[in-house]
Amino acid sequence: MKFAVIRFGGSNCDSDVHHVLNDLLGVSADLVWYKDSIEGYDGVVIPGGFSYGDYLRAGAIAARTPIMNSVKRLADNGKPVIGICNGFQILAEAGLLPGALRTNEYPKFCCKWVNLRVENTDTAFTSGFKEGEIVRMPVAHKEGNFFADDAALQDMNSRHQIVFRYVDPDGNTADYANPNGSVENIAGIVNGSGNVLGMMPHPERASESILGSDDGRRIFESMVEYAEQG
Amino acid sequence: MRYCAEITIQLKQGMLDPEGETIQRALTHLGYAVKSAHAAKRLLIELEADDTDDATGMVDEMCRKMLANPVIHNYSIVIR
Repeated sequence: MKFAVIRFGGSNCDSDVHHVLNDLLGVSADLVWYKDSIEGYDGVVIPGGFSYGDYLRAGAIAARTPIMNSVKRLADNGKPVIGICNGFQILAEAGLLPGALRTNEYPKFCCKWVNLRVENTDTAFTSGFKEGEIVRMPVAHKEGNFFADDAALQDMNSRHQIVFRYVDPDGNTADYANPNGSVENIAGIVNGSGNVLGMMPHPERASESILGSDDGRRIFESMVEYAEQG
Repeated sequence: MRYCAEITIQLKQGMLDPEGETIQRALTHLGYAVKSAHAAKRLLIELEADDTDDATGMVDEMCRKMLANPVIHNYSIVIR
């Protein structure tokens, strides 16, 4: 079982993900430079950061690099692919996930802990959660304001593609609990097959209780379990 | 022939534009009766093409493939 953590110029959460997978979960994960190959890997993590300085749009340039064709092939073969923060922006820009991430409603970098409600546990990344469970993870972004038009949203809802929503501590999708203005308080979504997840919150920063929460760890554990089942 | 393409990429109408709104508020504070302000990105690209149509076609393809995000953007192209 081998996972690739893809590094672009400007990725900065790569080492954190690498630490969680290798040191906490005890699986083998490599940091893979975007010019190298991901052939033979059982899953891919696209970590957060500011790839290509967020030039043009956050994630736009990284989404057009050749390695993303390999990521698409891997996803088409049913392997798990998770994009966190900038990784989510890259997956959306690359067309692996629907929608787009706009500048936050209050157009500043937003770094805080948020509550998330788990909406779908039938994905490669959420089998370790209970449906409706409230979990805590931090966000840290300026372009996390998820948008999809009404038709796309309806489609995503009917196919249970919305995996996490920003909620208040009681689990309500209140406006004040939404850190960036995302439509329908959307924090994370999957593709139709449930093996590609994009999320703005950082599970790797919430994978050890000493950091304030270890809820995020279950996302990686679920991913490993899914990959092991092949 | 060498052509210069001027591309303007803008959020679709009705799309939240916090930068534009902030600029509008600041202009209002300065005493201007500004009804609206919208931020846009302008790109200047020099390219070789057979003629204006060829250049327009290529730049339009660039916009669809990368320069604009069709989910949230409109774009316009002027070729000189």
